[in-house]
Amino acid sequence: MKNKKLGAFLTVFFSILSVFYVYPILLVLMNSFKKKAYISKKPFALPNAKSFVGFDNYVSGIQKTGLIQAAFVSLFVTVLAVAVIVLCTSMCAWYITRVHTKFTAGMYFLCLFSMIVPFQMVMFPLSKIANMLKLSNPLGLVFIYLGFGAGLAVFMFTGFVKSLPLAIEEAAMIDGCTPIQTFFYVVMPIMKPTCITVAILETMWVWNDYLLPSLVLDLKKWKTIPIAVQYLKGGYGSVDMGAMMGVLVLSIIPIIIFYACCQKYIIEGVVAGAVKG
Amino acid sequence: MKKMRRFTALGLTAAMAVTALAGCGGSNTASTTAAATEAAKTEAAAPTTEAAAPAEQTATGGKVYYLNFKPEQADQWVDLAKKYTEETGVEVHVQTAASGTYEQTLKSEMAKSEAPTMFQVNGPVGLATWDDYCMDLKDTDVFKDLESEDYALKNTDGVVKGIAYVIETYGIIYNKKILNDYIALDGAKISDISELNSFDKLKEVADDMQVKKDELGIEGAFTSAGFDSSSDWRFKTHLANLPLYYEYKADNISSTDAVKGTYLDNFKNVFDLYITDSTTEPSLLSGKTGDDAASEFALGEAAFYQNGTWAYNDIKGNEVADEDLGILPIYFGVDDASQGTCTGSENFWCVNDKASDADKQATLDFMKWVVESDAGRESLSKEMGFVTPFSTFADYLPENPLVIAANEFNKDKTPVSWNFTTMPSEQWKNVLGSAMLEYAQGTGDWDAVKTAFVDNWATEYKNANS
Amino acid sequence: MEKAIKRYMPIFVLPTLAAFTVGFIAPFLVGIWLSFCKFTTITDAKFVGFINYAKVFGDATFVHSLWYTTLFTIVTVILINFFAFAVAMALTAKIKGNYLFRTIFFMPNLIGGIVLGYIWSLLLNGILAIWMRTLTYSATYGFWGLVILMLWQQVGYMMIIYIAGIQNIPSDLLEAARIDGANKWQELRYVILPMLMPSITVCTFLTLTNGFKLFDQNLALTNGEPSQKSEMLAMNIYTTFYGRNGWEGVGQAKAVIFFIIVGAVALTQNYLSRRKEVEQ
Repeated sequence: MKNKKLGAFLTVFFSILSVFYVYPILLVLMNSFKKKAYISKKPFALPNAKSFVGFDNYVSGIQKTGLIQAAFVSLFVTVLAVAVIVLCTSMCAWYITRVHTKFTAGMYFLCLFSMIVPFQMVMFPLSKIANMLKLSNPLGLVFIYLGFGAGLAVFMFTGFVKSLPLAIEEAAMIDGCTPIQTFFYVVMPIMKPTCITVAILETMWVWNDYLLPSLVLDLKKWKTIPIAVQYLKGGYGSVDMGAMMGVLVLSIIPIIIFYACCQKYIIEGVVAGAVKG
Repeated sequence: MKKMRRFTALGLTAAMAVTALAGCGGSNTASTTAAATEAAKTEAAAPTTEAAAPAEQTATGGKVYYLNFKPEQADQWVDLAKKYTEETGVEVHVQTAASGTYEQTLKSEMAKSEAPTMFQVNGPVGLATWDDYCMDLKDTDVFKDLESEDYALKNTDGVVKGIAYVIETYGIIYNKKILNDYIALDGAKISDISELNSFDKLKEVADDMQVKKDELGIEGAFTSAGFDSSSDWRFKTHLANLPLYYEYKADNISSTDAVKGTYLDNFKNVFDLYITDSTTEPSLLSGKTGDDAASEFALGEAAFYQNGTWAYNDIKGNEVADEDLGILPIYFGVDDASQGTCTGSENFWCVNDKASDADKQATLDFMKWVVESDAGRESLSKEMGFVTPFSTFADYLPENPLVIAANEFNKDKTPVSWNFTTMPSEQWKNVLGSAMLEYAQGTGDWDAVKTAFVDNWATEYKNANS
Repeated sequence: MEKAIKRYMPIFVLPTLAAFTVGFIAPFLVGIWLSFCKFTTITDAKFVGFINYAKVFGDATFVHSLWYTTLFTIVTVILINFFAFAVAMALTAKIKGNYLFRTIFFMPNLIGGIVLGYIWSLLLNGILAIWMRTLTYSATYGFWGLVILMLWQQVGYMMIIYIAGIQNIPSDLLEAARIDGANKWQELRYVILPMLMPSITVCTFLTLTNGFKLFDQNLALTNGEPSQKSEMLAMNIYTTFYGRNGWEGVGQAKAVIFFIIVGAVALTQNYLSRRKEVEQ
């Protein structure tokens, strides 16, 4: 009896809490339909006949920031960077686990080490080096993400490879597989859950990253979504709150879609990542 | 095997993204097969504007990248650049830095391989930092077009390194209609706007208007003195110019390594006026933006607004009619009878000496076109509303009512020159601005402002010149 | 087998190694070197010794941001873990709609720091306006604003980890405790918490490093206002670098110090909790 009551109470309590949780986003959504002068003055008022502007804020937000193009850049960079990271670092991790030399041991140590180095430490030299090597474009950015994201990914993959029995791989090699075939036909399929975990964690990082792309990319040609949002704050001398609201809503939509589609993988990925990290 | 299919799918998605990117009028002509390691390939060859066809015709290959300082005219510059590209096929990029972050943006952009070919410095202090990057402009067409050599910025060796392209004026913009409404009230302190001719008078009227704000249908006499980075320069730089101006004048100097702060009491009086007779509680000032102040004035919620001729773009087309716009000097209680508005320039064009010769030439051509062609002159004077120091603009006088009002007012007055270009560093301004805000909010006192003004000047001057 | 694989080094390792060199190793080494130099770009660097480091500690904004960040990290580590654990406990009890709640609480994690910052500045400034205050009125408002934002963002993430941990506790262990007459509190103290040590370690580690490295949210919510007083370490380094001419070397020296602090904190935390885990 008591438990049931407590359960009902908790359900009600969490329902209310959930509403509060979603509220900030709803607030932005609501304000995105208001004229800019009314937003910071009365953020909690519903749009009325005087303040309602329809989709004007969205239109001006898109125009001012080039949001559509930024969305494509973000998509391109994220998809490619995550694919490249998963592919390259899993291969690398397998190699350095299976081959025991000073070089592989050193590489493993460096990967571990890189995980605790904050971005500010390499921020300036990285942006300069990237520039000298002409990496100031989306493809170059992908390459840099592979480099800067390698630490965590290699670490997670090696953790997994270590737990794999050698016997299967040896059997494959004896059957005449080259190491490449062994890796793709034997190791890769077993590693699928780890691949998903790494992919999820890296996606969350790359998609939302602001500082790295803003320092590396040639901003007059390419912007990512976070850069586009931040640009609105300054690029026009003052904050156009209306356009800001529109852009905020638009930048959240892809995330919600992504979350709705892959919720299960995301949550599993986070858990798996945490256990190994 | 399943894994392989997965990767093929990922690869396909990536390829689609590339295609989409290349197809959306963007920029990147990367091939879909390109691997990450091939990324070093430069994209420089790809034309970046929609006008792809003519761009291919120009074999010289010079490009222009202008890092613009003035956010108010960001869109107009982009349009003008587009026009130039359509006309000549030469690529012109215009990028505008966020308000208050020009130095920051310039620094990070200058470090990139495709650095700005054309940028701005704000005066002698800015030039000191970028001197190595500025080419000698003495033999250029733009320099020859200047009405007077005074509008060129020279370094300590006397080499022409920068060219002013806009002459601006700031003061206290006022709304004639509200003032006339006030004059019509019983017990008004003045009977005509022309009686507003000194700081004491201005304060008397503003105080009285503040009391009668409900009768007048306004929220306050002055617009909010916002300290968001989009607005704080109005006080930490522009208002702070006045104590500097009078001190330099009294000491007969044009720059200094240690400021005395002789006129800081007058500075305090004006600032007190702004924050007391205001639309806004002082405790809210930290979050108020430039937009907020502009819209308060434009919607007729305040009668006075300290800003410059460039603000017209934000005011026009709202509640305040053009003929109701007027401008007063920032009366300072020193020499009010002859003080005019503050007129000068902190916008000097420079050409990046480290750019390739082709790019430098393309940039000079673009500058020449801007000040000599019909389209350029039309845009600068009409759309951007600039008063320029170029002789080519005789037939292109601006329609900006604030410019006209300021010219009218200054006829028998001495304009205040822009001495804030000698402020030792951005940091000095920031520290001053913070101290002013804390004083306004009541979380700090005026002594901190004095310290920030006087002591910190010496510190920052030493830092900048060591 | 090892020999056979070894020959394939270029295919397996080279892409990652090349990127890792460009993206991490080279910038890291150059960064350390630059912290001893005066420079505006890499090519004009001049060696000046320890001058930059001396300047770092003479810079009041850095010292302030160090304390501010430390305090922020302590507060967020405690609050986030407390709430995440409490919610996880509640949601693993059989209540209606617990999957829906999990989904909702986790969602803010997917939104980037910049976007989050602007969402919350609208909301918090709107609320504070009732008392005639803004987030940038003083560093205190910015501080709690950031704490609330971080709670909103991270409680869900840590909650997921705790839930997984709780679900991994064998149910016979709890039953055994109950049979032995343990009350709810004893159950929590002597069974659940010890069994959760690995999750606690991970969550503490994550919240600790997230707190120290916070940048995007800081930039978007307060931008360090007023007077750089709500500026955290990461942002202080950024503004020193790009905001002040002639201070690039100092910015890099600050970054090195920052790295040492983060490294030391991470290693100490790891050492302490590993020891605890073993003891248990």
